Amino acid sequence: MSFDAAYQSKTFKSVGTRPNRPDGVDKVTGRARYGADFNMPGQLVARVLRSPHAHARIKGIDTSKAEAVKGVKAIVTADDLPDLTDGDAALYAVLDNCMAREKALYDGHAVAAVAAIDEKAAKEALKLIEVDYEVLPHVVDVDAACAPDAPLLDESVFTQGVEPAPTKPSNVANRSEFGHGDVDAGFAKAEVVIERSYKTEQTHQGYIEPHACVASCNPDGTADLWVCTQGHFVYRQTCADLLGLEVSKLRVTSSEIGGGFGGKTHVWAEPVALALSRKANRPVKLVMSREEVFRASGPTSATSIDVKLGATKDGQITAGMATLRYTSGPYADMWAELGAMTSFACYDLENVKTVGLEVIVNRPKVAAYRAPSAPMAAFAVESAIDELAKEIGMDAVTLRLKNVAREGTKSSYGPVYGPIGIEATLRAAKDHPHMNAPLGENQGRGMACGFWFNFGGQTCTDLNINADGTVTLAVGTVDVGGSRASLSLIAAEELGIEYDDIKAVIADTATLGYNDMTDGSRGTFSTSMATISAARNAIEVMRQRASLMWDIPVEDIYWEDGHAHAAGSKHGNRTPLSVKEIAAEAGNTGGPIAGHSELVADGAGVSFATHICDLEVDPETGETRIKRYTVIQDAGKAVHPDYVEGQYQGGAAQGIGWALNEEYIYGEDGRLQNPGFLDYRIPVCSDLPMIDTQILEIPNPNHPYGVRGVGETSIVPPLAAIANAVSNAVDVRMTHIPISPPRILAALNEDTGN
Amino acid sequence: MSSIAVSTTINDDDVEFLCQPDETLLDVLRNRLGLMGAKEGCGTGDCGACSTIMDGRVVCSCLVLGAEAQGKTIETIEGMANGSELHPLQTKFIEHAALQCGVCTPGFLMAAKALLDTNPNPTETEIRFWLAGNLCRCTGYDKIVRAVQDAAAEMRGEPA
Amino acid sequence: MRYERPDTINDATALLADAQAKSFILAGGTDLLVRMQSDEFAAELIVDIKSIPGMGDITQTDDGFVIGAAVPAAALSEHNALCAAWPGVVEAANLIGSTQIQGRCTMVGNLCNASPAADSVPALVAANARVRIAGPSGTREADVVDIPTGPGSTSLEKGEFVEAIVLPNADGKTGDAYLRFIPRTEMDIAVVGVGVTLTLNEDDTVASARIALGAVGPKVMLVEDAAAALVGNALTDAALEAMGAACSAAASPIDDKRGTVAFRKQVVGVLARRAAQTAYTRAGGK
Repeated sequence: MSFDAAYQSKTFKSVGTRPNRPDGVDKVTGRARYGADFNMPGQLVARVLRSPHAHARIKGIDTSKAEAVKGVKAIVTADDLPDLTDGDAALYAVLDNCMAREKALYDGHAVAAVAAIDEKAAKEALKLIEVDYEVLPHVVDVDAACAPDAPLLDESVFTQGVEPAPTKPSNVANRSEFGHGDVDAGFAKAEVVIERSYKTEQTHQGYIEPHACVASCNPDGTADLWVCTQGHFVYRQTCADLLGLEVSKLRVTSSEIGGGFGGKTHVWAEPVALALSRKANRPVKLVMSREEVFRASGPTSATSIDVKLGATKDGQITAGMATLRYTSGPYADMWAELGAMTSFACYDLENVKTVGLEVIVNRPKVAAYRAPSAPMAAFAVESAIDELAKEIGMDAVTLRLKNVAREGTKSSYGPVYGPIGIEATLRAAKDHPHMNAPLGENQGRGMACGFWFNFGGQTCTDLNINADGTVTLAVGTVDVGGSRASLSLIAAEELGIEYDDIKAVIADTATLGYNDMTDGSRGTFSTSMATISAARNAIEVMRQRASLMWDIPVEDIYWEDGHAHAAGSKHGNRTPLSVKEIAAEAGNTGGPIAGHSELVADGAGVSFATHICDLEVDPETGETRIKRYTVIQDAGKAVHPDYVEGQYQGGAAQGIGWALNEEYIYGEDGRLQNPGFLDYRIPVCSDLPMIDTQILEIPNPNHPYGVRGVGETSIVPPLAAIANAVSNAVDVRMTHIPISPPRILAALNEDTGN
Repeated sequence: MSSIAVSTTINDDDVEFLCQPDETLLDVLRNRLGLMGAKEGCGTGDCGACSTIMDGRVVCSCLVLGAEAQGKTIETIEGMANGSELHPLQTKFIEHAALQCGVCTPGFLMAAKALLDTNPNPTETEIRFWLAGNLCRCTGYDKIVRAVQDAAAEMRGEPA
Repeated sequence: MRYERPDTINDATALLADAQAKSFILAGGTDLLVRMQSDEFAAELIVDIKSIPGMGDITQTDDGFVIGAAVPAAALSEHNALCAAWPGVVEAANLIGSTQIQGRCTMVGNLCNASPAADSVPALVAANARVRIAGPSGTREADVVDIPTGPGSTSLEKGEFVEAIVLPNADGKTGDAYLRFIPRTEMDIAVVGVGVTLTLNEDDTVASARIALGAVGPKVMLVEDAAAALVGNALTDAALEAMGAACSAAASPIDDKRGTVAFRKQVVGVLARRAAQTAYTRAGGK
């Protein structure tokens, strides 16, 4: 049966309420099982040897002494992970990142791994592996890597997307371009031009749970993997490809996940654990240390961004231009491209052009981090727009409203927008009491906007009606922040039954069809769509069963409020049949009742937010404290408002940390100086105020309930909102994130000539 | 290295175990005693996910040796509920959606319990500074602080 | 590696003296266990001193306070007389790490770990605290300032360990304060730390001053020039400026992941002024 995903306005009974989450008790009693909380009989402990060099050729690895250590059962190097990637450059990058082949490309790059009967033997073996390195010149800074004389990571990289094709290799792997109109003409019309350069440092998702897995390869070619991941189906495919396994024979079970934010969308150690298990013929448990997480999983890009804005004095932006350089780690990727797409997405511009440059450096392979690439682009553009507002003497919100994108606007990255929420968030900000609250000495208020695409993707869901009329909902998208609660609400809504009668579980890869991972804010959006579709299919089955039970044509039965009703008077005044009543008879009416759904969830509605931030700067020390923070964001429809608010607050907190203190700090030797939570300074409880939220609901026309993804956009505005607030507090314009105390004090000194 | 025999009290039960001299209490709890509610987020005392209460003080169990548990009284998340009755903090964390991924939650609950055991009516500032050693990357702390405030009020017997 | 929990000081010093390779004292363990995480860590012996009588006690004597080596920082803030006499010392110790760390960490550990950024050390030096050191040949005392000799190294001899900190009475109009700078509100290592103890004359001019800086050199430093800028004066803006400038001048920090040379030199003067103001008020100055 075809599924109609179009939005239909309706009054909700379950959706929009705030019931307790189904996994709550497990998580407050310590019973929930995360990646490291699983064990198998006979399991070995794995440890990984990592490069101490930022860039070095691996001339040889001698594992013989390590193999002789008592208790060591297997040692693997790149030789144990032969290249099966068949020309797939992206997959090859994953392979090379899991285990360095010819060169170690960053501090922390895996070069060998050991499986042993205990930690002690594994550690002893690591010390005895002899790696012969030829240390090579390295480069970690984004601008330094773009310089013509920079050390090259890969002699075979020639900038793509440039005509004519360059003849010399470069660390700039790719150039992308977006926009429309004629920016030169636009700048010619401008009465005011703002031109600035910005820089942001590399940050990490900082999930509290380190990567962990248990891998078990059997001699018959079957394998099991228990792992914390945002997408077990994707992990299955990647691991099967890298190890030459048949997809059906590798069963991947996702554990509870202790945070991911994009960082658990990519495999790191899982193929290594499988290779160790295959070689040792024993299950292998591999848990990264926190230091390994920082050094060798995937942080976000460091960036360098130039922005040019032209406007008339009445606040009409005549042209916008940006050049965005994003590091991707040692392998080419598409992070700058995403930055270039998102940078001007909030605005309706006649002339706009953005250029993205992907820069490879001797840092870990970049992974997605919550609205990946958008926060840095927004920092640059929203800072420049604030400066433009000051320059022409216009209120920051008013200037944005004057140029805001609306339904029908051709976006800076191409598509024409449907109904969108940016204008509504700006108007809500303008009317918000926060906007007019008084400020104290050395305090400033800043605001900024943010955009994220949201994704849909492949989704498969099973909905089983049990004999007692309760419902088991099996989904394939990992629950990273409460989606089992939201999806149970959706199923309850569609079936017309109680939330408590639904039990949502995350199925493993052997028991459900393929699902894309929980990323792109797609978890609730796409799986709720599949859940609605599955519920509708189950209702169809239940109508047929009711027709058998009543012996009347199915066409005369309609579904309402959780019951099958006989239409009209010709069938007498039949008491409607509940789900429980129909389910109880299932054995006599055709067997188990279920609804399935397989779909590609198209039409994820784009998402916008506006944030307002008050902060105070100590002009003598550069210390910055957030005093008040408000998030206003369009959710389309908030399925479980508590968890929507939670996404808004969590994204804002991560953005605040990014803006003020978080950064990868590299030494002259190219080694990471702060691979721990002591000196990689994520916000602690006492750093933050309560974070106020305002949920707007502008329905997404492409979802039956109007739902949009809500997970990511909230991290986009904070960098600029904070930079703008600092500017308003102490009148220095910070163009380098993080705005750490030494940077702010230096700027204040420069300002006062101190 | 030879193992050390340790007798201790965990969640009101007498417990005996053997451990290595360099083995942490966290590893003992997780690997030897099956008490996996305490999580290792860092192993260096910076994240608080392994928080347990030892002789009335909340500690990072990753920074305590197993051998030091000798003669101590230890509370872990597994002992927080009274049978089927959740502790008010546990109930309020669920009700306030004070967890998203939940991996930091056992540590927060242990730390918050230690706070309310000594200070039944903490201010928001006191809560925030007391919990500064427990990192949460999902929630922005807002709903956690509210849950602690609400649990404290309930435990004081104030009407909701 | 062995773990030993002796019951007497003599047993502890004998264990330490007999150790062939590296040995460590375990009290709170909040530094030691972090070091033990490292793959490079190697030790023959860990001596847990918490079963030795007195190690966990705070004793008030005629001369001041004796604080056992295993007293956790949290216990300091629960001792009313100590808080009244040396609020700056207690505050400094209470800034070390989180609540969880507070339940375990000790001032002696903070001192003997010999980090230049140790929070309690500048406050102890400003308070003119001494340490009681147990060793194979008996007990000796030393000034706190003389214990660290550089990052990670101390003046303790083989077989010796610090058994207690000895704080004098805060006689007359005396007040102390400690301030540090960290980027966040909690959980960071001091980028700059300043401990100040002031004793005032009856007319509220400064009779004596001790100003100690942390995290701006290889070890804690007592800045005589800064003290001299205050002694004999009321706490005027000019005196404070001169004192802060002396601190900035004395500081010899490095650039690292926690701060820059310029930042540290500037902020140490700012914090010294603010800490002196607090110490002055606590001393009863008006």
